[in-house]
Amino acid sequence: MRSVPLRFVVPLLLFGGLVAFLGIGLNRDPRLVPSPLIGKPAPQFALGTLATPDIVMQREDLLGHALLLNVWASWCAACRDEHALLLELARGGKFNLIGLNYHDDLNAGRQWLSERGDPYRYTLFDPQGKLGLDLGVYGVPETFLIDAAGVVRYKHVGPLTREVLAQQLLPLLASFEPATQ
Amino acid sequence: MKAWRVFVLGILLAFNVPLLASDAPARFNTPALAVRYDALLEQLRCMVCQNQTLKDSHAELAQDLRDEVRRLLEQGNTDVQIRDYLVARYGDFVLYSPPVKGSTWLLWLGPFVLLTVALAVVLKLSRRRTPAAVPLDDAERARLRAALGQSADSQP
Repeated sequence: MRSVPLRFVVPLLLFGGLVAFLGIGLNRDPRLVPSPLIGKPAPQFALGTLATPDIVMQREDLLGHALLLNVWASWCAACRDEHALLLELARGGKFNLIGLNYHDDLNAGRQWLSERGDPYRYTLFDPQGKLGLDLGVYGVPETFLIDAAGVVRYKHVGPLTREVLAQQLLPLLASFEPATQ
Repeated sequence: MKAWRVFVLGILLAFNVPLLASDAPARFNTPALAVRYDALLEQLRCMVCQNQTLKDSHAELAQDLRDEVRRLLEQGNTDVQIRDYLVARYGDFVLYSPPVKGSTWLLWLGPFVLLTVALAVVLKLSRRRTPAAVPLDDAERARLRAALGQSADSQP
C-alpha cells in the first residue's frame, strides 16, 4: 500500500485537533464560572436571620465547624429541586447546613420554610444581597462548602444533586474534617 | 418624495440612542465621575446574562453591581481598585477583556500565531506556483502558429 503524502495527513490532523477543541468547548456549561473564592477566607458579614432578623450574626459566630452554606430564595424555582436533598442532608447530620436567604422578602422566606420544611440550623437574611455580592453569587441556588477555619473549599452553582454530593462534597468534607466520618 | 423619506429615516437612524438598562442615570457630584461610571459599566460583564455588559443588562444582579460600582466611585476608589474588587468576587470572567496571564496566553497570542503560520504557508505556496517564464523556442513558436492557422511570416 502506498503511504499517504504528508501534505494530506497534516491538514487532516490539524482539522481533527480543531474539531476536538471546539467540541470540548461546546459541551462545557458556560454558566459554570470558577469562583475566585476557593481557598480564600469566606467574607465577613453582619446579618440577621429569618427567625430573628434583629439579632446580628457574624462570620465568627458560624466558625468552628465545617458548614454548607446554601444560597436560596423563595422566588427561585430551581431551589425547589434541591430542597428534598437538603432536608435529607439535615437529617443525616453530616453537614452543618446554613441557609442564606438572598434578595428575598422576610415573610416569603419564612413561609417557604414552614411549607417545605427547614433544613437549616440558621438562615441568614440578606434582602439586599450584600453577602451574596461578597460571595460572588450570580445564579441561585448556589452552595458553598466552608471549613472550620472559614476557608471556602468548594462552590456549586445550580441545584445540588446526589452526584455533586457523592463526587465532590463528601470526599472534600472527609479530607479536611475526618472527625465527622 | 421617496428620497425625502429615505433622508428623514436616515437622519432618525443616525441619531437613535440604544435603550440602555441604566436608564435611571446615576447622579454624581462631578461629571468626571459619571464618565468613569459609564466607562466602567461597559467593561464589566453581567454574570447572569453573560453576553451583556453591566450597562446593557436589566438583570437584578446587574442593578446590584451598578449600585456597587457607584458606591465605590463615590468613596474615591480608582478604576483599577473597582475592577479588582469585582474580580475578587466574581473572577476574571466579570471583565469583558480578560487579563494577559499564564492561563490566557493562548487566547491572546493564538490568533497571531495562526496568522503567522498562515502567512508562511501562503508565501511558500505562492513561490512554488510561479515558475520563471521560459520563452518559446522556434519549434514551439512554429507549432503555435500552425495551430492558430497563421502563416509563418505574419506576426502574432
